[in-house]
Amino acid sequence: MVKQKNKTASFSFWNWVIASIIFRLILIYFPKNLNLASRPEVSTPLTSFRRLAEGYWLKQLSMSPYAGSMYHGSPLLLSLLGPLTVQRIEGQPNHLLYSLVSVIADVVSAILIRATGKNLRLVYLRSLESLDIVKQTKASEILSPGDAAALIYLWNPFTIVACVGLSTSPIENMAVILCLYGACSRLVPLAAFGWVIATHLSLYPAILIIPVIFLLGCGPDAPPRKLFLQKNHKEEVLNKSKLPLGFSWRPITHFAFWALLWSAYVLALCGISLQQFGGLWEMFKSTYGFILTVEDLSPNIGVLWYFFAEVFDFFRNFFLIVFHVNILFMIIPLAIRLHHRPCFLAFIYIAIFSMLKSYPSVGDSALYLGLLGWFVNELADIQFSFFLFCGYVGVSLLSPVMHTLWIWRGTGNANFYFATAMVYACLQIILVVEGVSAMLNHDRKLRNLTTGKPQDAKS
Amino acid sequence: MELSFTQGRWNYERWGGFDPIASSNAKPPGVELWAVFDVPQHQVDASWKNLTHTLSGLFCASINFLESTSTYSAPEWSFPPASGNLRYGTLPREAVCTENLTPWLKLLPCRDKAGLAVLLDRPSIYRGFYHSQRLHLTSTASGSKGTDSGIILKQALTVVLQPIQPNGRRASMDHAGEKRIQPSWSLSSIFGKQVRGRCVLAKSSNVYLQLDRGLVAELKHIHKENEKSVANGLTSENFWTYPSFELSASPDRIVIEENSFHGKSSSILYNFQVEKYTESEPLDLGLTWKIPVVWSCQSAPLHSSRFLMGSGNERGAIAISLKSTQLWEGFMGAFDNNERCELQVDVFQVVPWYVKVYFHSLQVFIDQQPKAVSDVIEKIHVSPSKDKVSPGMMEMVLRLPCRVKSAALTIEFDKGFLHIDEYPPDANQGFDIPSAIISFPNFHASMFFLEDGSLNKSPLLSKFQEKSPVMSYTEVLLVPLTTPDFSMPYNVITITCTVFALYFGSLLNVLRRRVAEEERFLKDKATKKTGQLPLLLSKLSAKLRGRPWEPPHSPPSSSSFISSKLVFKVILVAGLAVGWQYYFS
Repeated sequence: MVKQKNKTASFSFWNWVIASIIFRLILIYFPKNLNLASRPEVSTPLTSFRRLAEGYWLKQLSMSPYAGSMYHGSPLLLSLLGPLTVQRIEGQPNHLLYSLVSVIADVVSAILIRATGKNLRLVYLRSLESLDIVKQTKASEILSPGDAAALIYLWNPFTIVACVGLSTSPIENMAVILCLYGACSRLVPLAAFGWVIATHLSLYPAILIIPVIFLLGCGPDAPPRKLFLQKNHKEEVLNKSKLPLGFSWRPITHFAFWALLWSAYVLALCGISLQQFGGLWEMFKSTYGFILTVEDLSPNIGVLWYFFAEVFDFFRNFFLIVFHVNILFMIIPLAIRLHHRPCFLAFIYIAIFSMLKSYPSVGDSALYLGLLGWFVNELADIQFSFFLFCGYVGVSLLSPVMHTLWIWRGTGNANFYFATAMVYACLQIILVVEGVSAMLNHDRKLRNLTTGKPQDAKS
Repeated sequence: MELSFTQGRWNYERWGGFDPIASSNAKPPGVELWAVFDVPQHQVDASWKNLTHTLSGLFCASINFLESTSTYSAPEWSFPPASGNLRYGTLPREAVCTENLTPWLKLLPCRDKAGLAVLLDRPSIYRGFYHSQRLHLTSTASGSKGTDSGIILKQALTVVLQPIQPNGRRASMDHAGEKRIQPSWSLSSIFGKQVRGRCVLAKSSNVYLQLDRGLVAELKHIHKENEKSVANGLTSENFWTYPSFELSASPDRIVIEENSFHGKSSSILYNFQVEKYTESEPLDLGLTWKIPVVWSCQSAPLHSSRFLMGSGNERGAIAISLKSTQLWEGFMGAFDNNERCELQVDVFQVVPWYVKVYFHSLQVFIDQQPKAVSDVIEKIHVSPSKDKVSPGMMEMVLRLPCRVKSAALTIEFDKGFLHIDEYPPDANQGFDIPSAIISFPNFHASMFFLEDGSLNKSPLLSKFQEKSPVMSYTEVLLVPLTTPDFSMPYNVITITCTVFALYFGSLLNVLRRRVAEEERFLKDKATKKTGQLPLLLSKLSAKLRGRPWEPPHSPPSSSSFISSKLVFKVILVAGLAVGWQYYFS
């Protein structure tokens, strides 16, 4: 998939962007036929458009939007997007304005991905140059990862479905990408803003603070710092300008300051909008609390819903802790091993939490699949790539079929649908594991190239 | 407080929807309980809990299921005895049987041994279409009714009986249910028993036979047609000797409803005083029809029904449809000549939490035309459902134009997915949505009787004279919910955990792998091949020591680094042990 997209990227990038916008608009004009807004793959309890509309309706009746367990999103989203849920233009599809917002969010994300990708490519080329191994790595074949990633993001069926299906995940994805973009291009306030908003919207991006700190501290992805040191050590010609910067604390203190500022601002806004409905505590309980204690057991493409529907009640708390710790547990080992590649680290974190989060949707997968394009060159020799591609296609075709068999026709069984969710989880696990492995191998290869050792340690 | 046990559904079209019986005695299937508490707000729920437990013990029913907060609601204004501390709960699936009737009978002074209650022969009651036993408790705080604070207990049993035998009987009230070819009936043929005198403790014991308004009008009509010569014979003296039917016992008194505004006829009540009958001469009231008469009962202004829409187990919609009953057309015009003639309809609907209602999807259709919600709904109050905590509740006041032919409310919902333990044993049967209550506060189901001094003493007639809004209950809906596989929780748990272990293990493995690992591994193998254990150990230790020179670019102080690492590990373990000891001692 990656390679095909890259070929298209050599065509005019903007033509493809415009084509994707037109494609989306065409799909938006058939909302009744597609009925994507209520698909379990698209709208989870957190991102569902109908729940947003319900929350807005309750708020219009001057009730708390969190009364009842319908709405679990942010109050800011409610005030920004809520009015769009009821506004109608004569003769147009019902939720045209809202769909336009998600299309714009998608395009903005794609542009930011492209800018970040270009930045990454520059850094990559510079580091190769400084290691004098440009020729050996066949630099002429280095593709533009920015274009690839942006087009993958725009043309990924998952992104399109999430956009047309009126879920809020395009906006959440945009916040995450904003954060990464800001960190890559050293716009500290922007990075802090993106991080705060992303965390506010869906909690899990909070762990992106580690890659962001690395990004701000050491700069974007580069081969391990040790390599440069060795190189310099060997050649005894120390060119300071070629060395990547050491870890600097200044931008991080800036980041902390801005993050504090933004979060205080966001909390103040939420507090104002929820003043008469129980305040912030109510918000935390029904957004973060709802995410952490997997209360809603309606099917989605994750595995936790069925697990918690079946698990015995007295084990419930234990498994809640286990599953959430599973996300946290891998943070530190990954950070230690991949600290020199913060963007890749962020990608892995995003992939992990979109796999293990309590209410995953295809919108989350769309994000990390798009970011995968950034590492086209590094992950060129990833294992099982064809298998993974086929697996994704197969699961995304089979999962709706099994869902229909179980829910609509009544001839299937919950286990059928759960099996597809299981396969999907396995595919994501393989992607993460193989991605990490390929990246480490890539670093190994670079090291071997610099040290002139034969390439035999590949494992 | 009012508790009712009902089996069967009151047929509003055939058995009437406008008279006091239909609006106050017709109850939703299963158990319905409401209570108003005179305690501070924070104690209401605790009192409700006590009440449900007490009643469930008293009546051998599972009323205690109403204890959990997800089953009862607190309507604010749409339920007729509205008050701040009202709690309302229903159990639509409760099966009502003799074990519920017996405790109810025990509350009567003579049980079913004497008086009218003798008639309550279990098989004949439970054979009927509908029966509802009701218990109504009112505490009179002040001496307004001549008694100082006490509790008034009203018990009512409403029965609609099989048409094989004639229908329309109840113990303390009487209602002539209609039938197309009216079979003749008598007390003995219906109940297989006869009334032999009153209960000694009873102050009064009466049997009333009511001819419905529609029936009376029809009879008059027939009478005029057939026997014009005796047209002026329709006086109160010979009401009971209509040529169309014959009563086996002569009534003690005939009460005619005072018909102030109803354009039609007024209903007639025949009163039979039980104390006049004795063991030797039992009251065996019977009615023998001579000519077929077809009439229909007055029904409520709008006939309400409720149904589910949509298919599949993911989502659906509830629709409440209100159809104008043609009977009321003429009356409406006479009743209200204003230009802005409006019909007020209160809708009270409780939905359990697993039916997740999207209130914003409320749509109103009037005469099949979609209308803006704000035009029709004057007042709305919702309390959305909280998962596993409280049911959703919707109270609405609709203002419909009088000329409306039909109106429909639709509201969408998603079906919830429950934990495996929350499903009842017969999960595939589906779940019940309790009846909605449709009431018409502008119409009062009351009868005014021609003034008669002794009338006020009769509790039944005074009950009839009470002004109460016309109410009707809709059908109970059965919602099928998706079920998970109940048989294999272990499989799900183990497979999911395996997948998580796969993730954790393989990722950690990838991260742990080092560059020189393979060479080292090969060398390890080589040592294993050649060496005995001591040799291996020595080699290994040598390797540990000698590792610095193996990779060509090693840091110079590697050995000291390793030892410091070892020291650090030992210190860490010791520290942990000390901490552990300290913490637990």
